[in-house]
Amino acid sequence: MIRKRPKPVQRPGWILWPMLASLAATVVLMTPVRVEGLRLPEPVFPMVLAFAWAVIRPSVVGPFALLATGLFLDLVWGAPLGLWGLALLLAYGGAVVSRGLVTGRGTLMLSIWYLVLTLIAFTGAYITTMLRAHVAPYLPSVLWQLLATLALFPLAQRMIAFFEDAEIRSW
Amino acid sequence: MAFRDGPFQDLKLPLTLAVVAATVVAILAALVLLVADRRAALAVSGFSSARNAVARGLAPAGEVLEAPVRWAGDGIEAIGGYFFAVSENRRLKARIRDLETWRDEAVALRNVNERYEALLKLKTDPPAPFVAARSVLDVRGPFANARVLDAGAAAGVQVGDPVMSENGLVGRIVGVVPHASRVLMLTDVESRTPVLVDRTNARALLTGDGGPNPRLEYIRGQDPVKEGDVLLTSGDGGVFPRGLPVGVVAKDLRGAWRARLYSDLTPIDYVRILLFQDFAASVDPAALSATAVPPLTAAEEADRALALAKATARPPKPSSPAAQTPPKAAPQSTPAPTPAPSAAVNSLAAPTP
Repeated sequence: MIRKRPKPVQRPGWILWPMLASLAATVVLMTPVRVEGLRLPEPVFPMVLAFAWAVIRPSVVGPFALLATGLFLDLVWGAPLGLWGLALLLAYGGAVVSRGLVTGRGTLMLSIWYLVLTLIAFTGAYITTMLRAHVAPYLPSVLWQLLATLALFPLAQRMIAFFEDAEIRSW
Repeated sequence: MAFRDGPFQDLKLPLTLAVVAATVVAILAALVLLVADRRAALAVSGFSSARNAVARGLAPAGEVLEAPVRWAGDGIEAIGGYFFAVSENRRLKARIRDLETWRDEAVALRNVNERYEALLKLKTDPPAPFVAARSVLDVRGPFANARVLDAGAAAGVQVGDPVMSENGLVGRIVGVVPHASRVLMLTDVESRTPVLVDRTNARALLTGDGGPNPRLEYIRGQDPVKEGDVLLTSGDGGVFPRGLPVGVVAKDLRGAWRARLYSDLTPIDYVRILLFQDFAASVDPAALSATAVPPLTAAEEADRALALAKATARPPKPSSPAAQTPPKAAPQSTPAPTPAPSAAVNSLAAPTP
């Protein structure tokens, strides 16, 4: 008797909806709130996409979607155009190239992989800013934003689990 | 429609290779954009219209997001005001007593200052009008520090206008749409502000680096600064008016001088946008760099006429070829008839009425 292969779950929009959600989250966290001198963290939400898209399934659409996301970040944050597109694409490229080594491993391995890729993205942004503005960005601020972005790893893991076994032919 | 169902359905490529190629192309596109974008050029940036469009779209969203925060803050302040009214009253009375002393001193100093200005015919900056605005969005990362305000070109705001909170300078306007504007904060990595040390009048450049306390660079003079010195805008370059309060000098762990900003003392919610006309924008640079020979005085004019008369009265020597050439000194001493540039220079030197 031939066992019938289970039909994959239909998940609409594995690229478009997460992208819109990350941009919306970015705008929400731009709200000027300050309590006792502390302000809201400003993580790079699209870093979750750069990691999860590469893990779920490498796609030709992915890099261009990341470029568009990065451009939106630059326009919203007032950064030089192309800065975050470049940083996210460096992380995505690294994830695609090293995908075969890490896919299917446990949470610890995935989290280390995410940490390394986030470091690559921030190093790219740091060097680009330094070359462009002729000023080294303040390291504690960079580390603070890096930590806030690393804290998004559970979101990336959840997104991978959500889409990994699903039918993801549509964007 | 899925990508693979389209016209490329028969195209056979290793997926990873295709994705890497697409990533490289996207990276190249990002690099081209980075090179093409000249954010520092402010108004002449080729991408400023895109930034302005985003600011226009996000300002209403920011107002909606910011409203609950503001209401909560107002509510907490109202409750605090109710419960701590007595102690607040006592504190304010003590402050009034303190400020009255300062007021008397300020009145006396203003009187002396006005007399000095009149005696010296000193040209001072006229007071700049301002527009009040509210900060609706806040970018505070290490690579960009900016804010979106809810006042724009409709209120007379222009690119380059300085922005102040109730405590001190915040930054300057770098993008304007009819009902919103974007402020480049003093802490942004691309912010450069000429400042002076109030105690020594030493000049420095306040350079943002994405941290809360911008650096002081290019400090001139011997021992020009010490911890706790007050920093003001110097007005050099004409971008900011002179004398706006910026902060106090502090030393970081590595021994470098930094500024603890006054504007960082309280949350930046309501701000003033000074409608300050950049000095460089009001002056024609071509007129400034044009050189005009000053007109001759009466004595010089008489000397010149005498020299010309002598030259014409001298009998020519037919044997000498040099005598056949016209005198060279006379045309050089003739003033160039260029009234427009000299008028522009004169009008600059004239005192403000």
